Amino acid sequence: MRGIAKLTWVEAKLFCREPLAAFFTLVFPVILLLVFGSIFGNAPVPDYEGFGFVDASIPGYAALIIATSGLLSLSTAVAGYREQGVLRRLHVTPLHPGAVLLAQIVVMFAMTTIGMGLLVAIGRAIFALKCPGSVPLICVGFVFSCLCFFALGIALASAVSSVRTAQAVGMAVFYPMIFLSGAAIPRELLPDGVQRAAAVLPLTHVVTLLRALWIGEAWTAHLGVIGLLTAVAAASSAIAVRSFRWE
Amino acid sequence: MTTRIAVDVQSLSKRYGDTIAAADVSFEVRQGEIFGVLGPNGAGKTTVIECLATLRRPDRGRVRVLGLDPQRDARALRPRIGVQLQSAALQERIKLWEALDLFASFYRRARDWRALLTQLGLAESADIPFGRLSGGQKQRAFIGLALINQPEVVFLDELTTSLDPHARHAIWNLVQEIREQGVTVFLTTHVMEEAERLCDRVAILSRGRIVALDSPQHLVRVFGVGCRISFSAPEPFDVRDLAAVAGVDRVERVGERVIVQGRSDGLVADIVGSLTAMGVRCMDLRAEQATLEDVFIELTGETLRETRTEEECEALRS
Repeated sequence: MRGIAKLTWVEAKLFCREPLAAFFTLVFPVILLLVFGSIFGNAPVPDYEGFGFVDASIPGYAALIIATSGLLSLSTAVAGYREQGVLRRLHVTPLHPGAVLLAQIVVMFAMTTIGMGLLVAIGRAIFALKCPGSVPLICVGFVFSCLCFFALGIALASAVSSVRTAQAVGMAVFYPMIFLSGAAIPRELLPDGVQRAAAVLPLTHVVTLLRALWIGEAWTAHLGVIGLLTAVAAASSAIAVRSFRWE
Repeated sequence: MTTRIAVDVQSLSKRYGDTIAAADVSFEVRQGEIFGVLGPNGAGKTTVIECLATLRRPDRGRVRVLGLDPQRDARALRPRIGVQLQSAALQERIKLWEALDLFASFYRRARDWRALLTQLGLAESADIPFGRLSGGQKQRAFIGLALINQPEVVFLDELTTSLDPHARHAIWNLVQEIREQGVTVFLTTHVMEEAERLCDRVAILSRGRIVALDSPQHLVRVFGVGCRISFSAPEPFDVRDLAAVAGVDRVERVGERVIVQGRSDGLVADIVGSLTAMGVRCMDLRAEQATLEDVFIELTGETLRETRTEEECEALRS
């Protein structure tokens, strides 16, 4: 138990020493918010059902951070540790096999949460961000979405053989996904056809769920989305468990 | 008094596809000794060490470390062994002290890592990230991690590969210190000098099989070519006269030089005596004792370079 706690702490320190990962999780979404927020402002517009641009974008940016953590940071961290032999070295210690993954997941979750907190704090301070939804429900939706995408990231790391492949596949999935799902730009700006096609992307459903919770829609109105994300999480976990390798 | 057995391997076999990594390997390691497995790259050394260190399941055979099965009893065994692996790493940006502190937290009876760093000569490097350590420092760090839990047996896989002679000697001293503390050391190497200098007993592994197992000195005495004497003789003489000297196995002339091989203890004196009696002047006389390398070549017909093709080595690694 002490080992897991220590490993988690060390991994948190190592995350902070990796400027690129910290930038994309913590700084990049804030830059997006500041740039687009200052262009479009946060005045209520009919397009966003009476909310402003920033109100409508924050759940999407949250989804963006979640996708960054899961598909880019987590997958390359795990695949990298396997490729370098870090996992191999830890494997001969009494540390429980799952502890390495758990530590990574905890650190990624903490960083994702901090990234989300920064967004909300800056959104409120500068753009008078509105959040009519239930905060506890939003938190549950956030955790649920994280678990789904972290499982996806670990499945990716397990399925590929090298860190380069993990990075390539992660990015190939990540970039179309953040633009088409409505994470990086509000989906109202996309053509209808694209919006419909984006339904195959798991991140689209994360955006749908987080936006719905953010503006206070009943979660029971989105059982289909929740079911879909649960299926993605379950399938990813199954792939990760079946194909995870120490070397 | 009976000697306790730290490692017991009976008929261990392991293959990867068509490549036989270990074939019917059997040996025992006594508690407190330094036991070496010597062989060229691809001989199966790493496979053997991985089967002992809980990382790999043998296809056949019985393996016991401290009386435990490394596969079935891995959880009970891991706290009691220390392992330095050939292809392992730490996180690039982890500081040396953090790594030792971290690994110490995995064990109930961990050593104080500060004292260990000093003993390893790494106290000054405590704040350096792992990725920026030199090869020798990394290797010492790995030995430190292998010792952090005060293990009863340490496994060291190719611990001085790619190190310069100075770093190599420092590591050898370290291994001897480990043994003086009563720890059983199991190491693999393809460096003859390492085996000769460190090991109480050596198993010579060739293409997955043990071809000899004994103390280095005994191996040299039994399998070695004994003594090799060479000298220059400017004036011609019949080298066959030397073949008659007791203990001489072979005499040959290579250009100016005459080479005599034999096994008797007083061979040098006898040869010099014979030459004097024959009135032959000899210059630049040299006598060399056979080494483990001679034994190895004698037993396997191979040098210590790669004896497998690159593809086979690749298959072993994956």
